[in-house]
Amino acid sequence: MNAGKLLSYIILAIVVIAFVVSIALKGFLVTVGAFLTLFIFSFLYKDNPYYKFAEHLFVGASAAYWMSMGFWKTMVPNLFGKLYPPMVAWAVPALKNNPAQPLMLIPLVLGILLLMRLSSKAGWISRWALAFIVGTTAGLNLVRYLRSDFIQQINNTVFSLYVTNASGFDLGATISNVIIFGGVICGLIYFFFSKEHKGAFGAGARTGIIVLMITFGASFGYTVMARISLLVGRMQFLFGDWLGMIR
Amino acid sequence: MKRRVPLAMVFIVSLFMVIQYFVPLDSLAWMYQYLLDWTIIIGVFALLLGIWSLWHVSYGKIKQRAENWQYSIVTLAGLFIMIISGFIPGWGNLNNYVYEHLFYYVLVPIQATMFSLLAFFISSAAFRAFRARSILASLLLFAGLVIMLRFVPMGPVSTVVADLAGWILRVPNMAAKRAIIIGIGLGAMATAFKIMFGIERSYLGRD
Repeated sequence: MNAGKLLSYIILAIVVIAFVVSIALKGFLVTVGAFLTLFIFSFLYKDNPYYKFAEHLFVGASAAYWMSMGFWKTMVPNLFGKLYPPMVAWAVPALKNNPAQPLMLIPLVLGILLLMRLSSKAGWISRWALAFIVGTTAGLNLVRYLRSDFIQQINNTVFSLYVTNASGFDLGATISNVIIFGGVICGLIYFFFSKEHKGAFGAGARTGIIVLMITFGASFGYTVMARISLLVGRMQFLFGDWLGMIR
Repeated sequence: MKRRVPLAMVFIVSLFMVIQYFVPLDSLAWMYQYLLDWTIIIGVFALLLGIWSLWHVSYGKIKQRAENWQYSIVTLAGLFIMIISGFIPGWGNLNNYVYEHLFYYVLVPIQATMFSLLAFFISSAAFRAFRARSILASLLLFAGLVIMLRFVPMGPVSTVVADLAGWILRVPNMAAKRAIIIGIGLGAMATAFKIMFGIERSYLGRD
């Protein structure tokens, strides 16, 4: 047996002993949570079997989690509960007296058609169900993006560049409005690649980069803070809930 | 049947979704709500396909003793334990003890820790990339630092940093974000049009 293998067995023995001791002292669930947290943190050293274990467990469990959620939160109240309410009255009593809606047979049929993808000969028929999803999503997105990402954003950008308040001219607000208006225009110029970034157009694009860099910096800062707060949460779990060092 | 029916379906359904927004009739709103419900329900069937695919890949790996096949057993174990706890008749719904505790003591720790790992990687990346080598890089560094420091208690400086961070978020950050969002909106609308009129049809696959 080589040294590497021996070391991995020693580590495994330590993990198993620590796991058993922790269960005895702190209980099963907290121990499982703590060890899975440590397994994931072990990736900071390098990819290893403990990390892979937690990663694969997560893939399987989360797939089943979303399936269960989809079944109980969508299929039961929205499909079975509307097709034939008495069928799900035991799970969702509020639906018991609702009238049956035969139209809900359509998504059931389309859903079954989608499952035909598993068949090598009749797989093409699943395209009908897929086409339905793609069509509704495309139509929905067309209106949604037109309204919220295009018209609304332009609407919020077109404002007065000369701001006054009760005491007269408001220099700070005016500068801010000018920066917002100019920043949006220059940002859009930067993303417009159909014309070469030269002359006045190029100057606009270069100003656009400045505003974009500030935004990227701010987004970076935000991301770091969000991840740090998650890290703090995990540390509180390990040192508080598990080890009891934080009261 | 293989291509024309789905293309026609996409056109009709997407056209309806657009029309119902511009024509505020009760009957259209009623149909619109049905279509939304149907899409969500069909989406759950797609989840079933995903579960089948996961089972198929994992079982295949175990059967063929492929590299790291042992971990596929872990995947399937997680899948079945969670499915059984979520679906056993009599447990009724998602408020059962096993399902809830599997969520809080297995899924939440793994997911939160995975995301928190990024704090280390992002710090390491910042150490290498955040150099004030040019004006643009300095701006990035400055904005990032101000946003990160805004919650740090630093005595009288805290107020100044918090005000500056607020201004950065409200003014230059918002300007660039709006430009990006308008660009995304235009791109999304163009894609939706292409799908609607059958120019983009990659969702149909080959043959």
